[in-house]
Amino acid sequence: MTSPRLDAKIPGGNISEKWTQYKSTVALVNPANKRKLEIIVVGSGLAGSSAAATLAELGYKVKVFCFQDSARRAHSIAAQGGINAAKNYQNDGDSTYRLFYDTIKGGDYRAREANVHRLAEVSASIIDQCVAQGVPFAREYGGLLSNRSFGGTQVQRTFYAAGQTGQQLLLGAYSALMRQVGYGTVKMYARHEMLEVVTVDGKARGIIARNLVTGELERHFGHAVLLCTGGYGNVFFLSTNAMGSNVTAAWKAHKKGAFFGNPCFTQIHPTCIPVSGDHQSKLTLMSESLRNDGRIWVPKKAGDTRKPIDIPEDERDYYLERRYPAFGNLVPRDVASRAAKERCDAGFGVGASKMAVYLDYASAIERYGKVEANKQNLVNPDKATIIKLGKGIVAEKYGNLFEMYAKITGENPYETPMRIYPAVHYTMGGLWVDYNLMTTVEGLYALGEANFSDHGANRLGASALMQGLADGYFVIPYTIGAYLAKEIHTNPISLDHPAFTEAEQRVKGIIEKLINIKGNKSVDHFHKALGKIMWDQCGMARNAEGLKWAISEIRKLREEFWKDVRIPGGAMEVNPELEKACRVADFLELGELMCIDALNRNESCGGHFREEYQTEEGEALRDDDNFAYVAAWEFHEGYEWSLHKEDLVFENIKLTQRSYK
Amino acid sequence: MKITLKVWRQKNGKDSGRFETYQLNHVSEDMSFLEMFDVLNEQLITENKEPVAFDHDCREGICGMCSMYINGRAHGPWEGTTTCQLHMRAFNDGDTIVVEPWRSAAFPVLKDLMVDRSAFDRIMAVGGFVSVNTGNAVDANSTLIPKEDADNAFSAAACIGCGACVATCKNSSAMLFVSAKVSQLALLPQGQVERKDRVRKMVAQMDAEGFGSCTNTGACEAECPKGISIANIARMNREYLGAAILPGN
Repeated sequence: MTSPRLDAKIPGGNISEKWTQYKSTVALVNPANKRKLEIIVVGSGLAGSSAAATLAELGYKVKVFCFQDSARRAHSIAAQGGINAAKNYQNDGDSTYRLFYDTIKGGDYRAREANVHRLAEVSASIIDQCVAQGVPFAREYGGLLSNRSFGGTQVQRTFYAAGQTGQQLLLGAYSALMRQVGYGTVKMYARHEMLEVVTVDGKARGIIARNLVTGELERHFGHAVLLCTGGYGNVFFLSTNAMGSNVTAAWKAHKKGAFFGNPCFTQIHPTCIPVSGDHQSKLTLMSESLRNDGRIWVPKKAGDTRKPIDIPEDERDYYLERRYPAFGNLVPRDVASRAAKERCDAGFGVGASKMAVYLDYASAIERYGKVEANKQNLVNPDKATIIKLGKGIVAEKYGNLFEMYAKITGENPYETPMRIYPAVHYTMGGLWVDYNLMTTVEGLYALGEANFSDHGANRLGASALMQGLADGYFVIPYTIGAYLAKEIHTNPISLDHPAFTEAEQRVKGIIEKLINIKGNKSVDHFHKALGKIMWDQCGMARNAEGLKWAISEIRKLREEFWKDVRIPGGAMEVNPELEKACRVADFLELGELMCIDALNRNESCGGHFREEYQTEEGEALRDDDNFAYVAAWEFHEGYEWSLHKEDLVFENIKLTQRSYK
Repeated sequence: MKITLKVWRQKNGKDSGRFETYQLNHVSEDMSFLEMFDVLNEQLITENKEPVAFDHDCREGICGMCSMYINGRAHGPWEGTTTCQLHMRAFNDGDTIVVEPWRSAAFPVLKDLMVDRSAFDRIMAVGGFVSVNTGNAVDANSTLIPKEDADNAFSAAACIGCGACVATCKNSSAMLFVSAKVSQLALLPQGQVERKDRVRKMVAQMDAEGFGSCTNTGACEAECPKGISIANIARMNREYLGAAILPGN
């Protein structure tokens, strides 16, 4: 039974008509009233920038906050491979329904059907909008847009701009945002970090933000607050997230009454550059698009120390092609990650740490070389010519990624296979939201990676950019009307209101407390310790015993943090250590909830793999009878959480065991 | 490796600033340059000193936030590389490395190695866009764009807005940054309608921010971590001249 506190407000009717019907009937706010309504947007990535720009175009007064020095730096910028859209430009059988189906299946049947269908519906408009803004997507010689494949699909629906798709899409959204800043309809607050949500009579009415240059705490009013603050992968310390990516905004909202949905659903991306030592500060992704052409293998013999080029073809185990012949190297991320871990744990790993597998481009280089030789009319070209031509084509497709690999590892991936290993990349969990993207706090919304809604237990590649922009450009501009239409009589609340004073005092208290601990250990010390607990016990494989241990260890670590952390400098100046401390304090609470959620979910699904629940072949074993629900956690003082369930009803897609064989 | 660091320390915008010297005894060649700074900061915190403030975020060479001037070069010795992607194998045991912030009147220092680059945002806000509201777009494939134009536009659009061009230029000119955006949109059909207006406004704002003029030394192109071509500056000059002579948008 769905908890009465979790009304998802899904419109009635046939799945393919819900959104159309909703758009035609949702309450509207007239232009004169829009000018009086203020909206706060926290975060300036794809979701935040696109939402802020679009809402300002509609006439609302918008304020945008980001902790970076410019809206353009948000971590959406680092997305590499591409963005999905059901355009069917390739005539390969794609459709809105197929994108919907692939996403539900890819998420291992733990996402909400109505939200995912809407996402598939608006996907095509995103591409149109981006092209109109001047986003330079890759094109064919005829001048039409080019597509490629991503994991978990059998069509080519991914639009891309070399290995920098996120950058180009974000710069497009940023340009739309800056246009509104220039018009004065958006006020931009860069180098500001949101540290509290202000609620009045149960409704979100503003935020407390710290100016990261002066250290001052500022009060800002809004009729609605949109959190577009990304994911919380940095709870693991090492992840592909940017150094500053954090859970703080979402966590403060959680502590103010917003339920947290499926916190344990974490995406571990299969193709990242392995850890090289204790100094490591972050991990770098090698785009999933590389699995279009690269082949993944380990030696057939455990502990084989030969150089990869010295290992003959018949002594290599292309384990993804062996285990999953239908999808091969393009299985979804959770499946590919687990398969890599399985091989390494069994002793077949490569490289100095033995915690890596090969991603090999030799056969792709040869294949492309032969095609190119034909194009150039070369008769019987020798092998060296073919390889040279092939390297040229691969450089054109993936050059920036290969360069990045070479800089980080000092090895040349054109000559020797890349070494890769899974790493934390994305979090499917996030603040619980209804169909309108509103959290359980009225007037408080969560968009993009910050919400839980569209990717279930595993996100397919090229879907994060799609969701961020869908939420910002095409969903929130409609759904926010349902709330704001009722708010047209609400006058701006004075910044001297007790709710603002109290919220600011709370933030001030936390900052003073942190600075006055004057302990012996750095913030990073605690962050690394937390990350290790999370990675070992709540990473690619989890079990009840380990999770219970992790919960008690995290509690101890949190206590130690509040006694022994050292933060040099003061509150009223640029103080990066203080910024980190505020974020790590929240990660130390989130980590516990993630483990509690993972312990509660006695099944394996998508990225959540409980060792106790697997098939004989080692695949995730779902329990649809008992766990086809969203776990939405409510926070109580004293670090207690209560569980609310939203039943997932599948009216259009039959639940089956996911197979990529 | 043993490394000696001479780092610019400046409490805030009003402080005059000075170099401080630090010794690091256990630097691995696999570390990135910023990871070496993490180690330095850890050491300073242990010694109860204040860590060095520096801008950084993605550490993948794409967000454009990192900004160190290393041994007299923006982003250090490796070509086509941001500071976060520079690795310590670029240096030798016993080296002394001098690290300064970007230096330009238009990029005031906030603290240590952090500078204020909001001038770039203000230039973008006056014209670095196509005026198309959400929902107004036609089908993406209804406009054919020759691959060559799309590729050239992409090359210009690859700018990460880090400001290395300004820091490198003896005139502190922002021409490479501004011309990259002007070029991207001038090369595409979507950018044609506002073509003249855009270049006029962006150049005017660039001047108002206090950036210097271009004297064609080419230093910006040589030091740009993303290989943005100086041909963009030539294109912007043509665009600007055209916009000055011809009426209209």
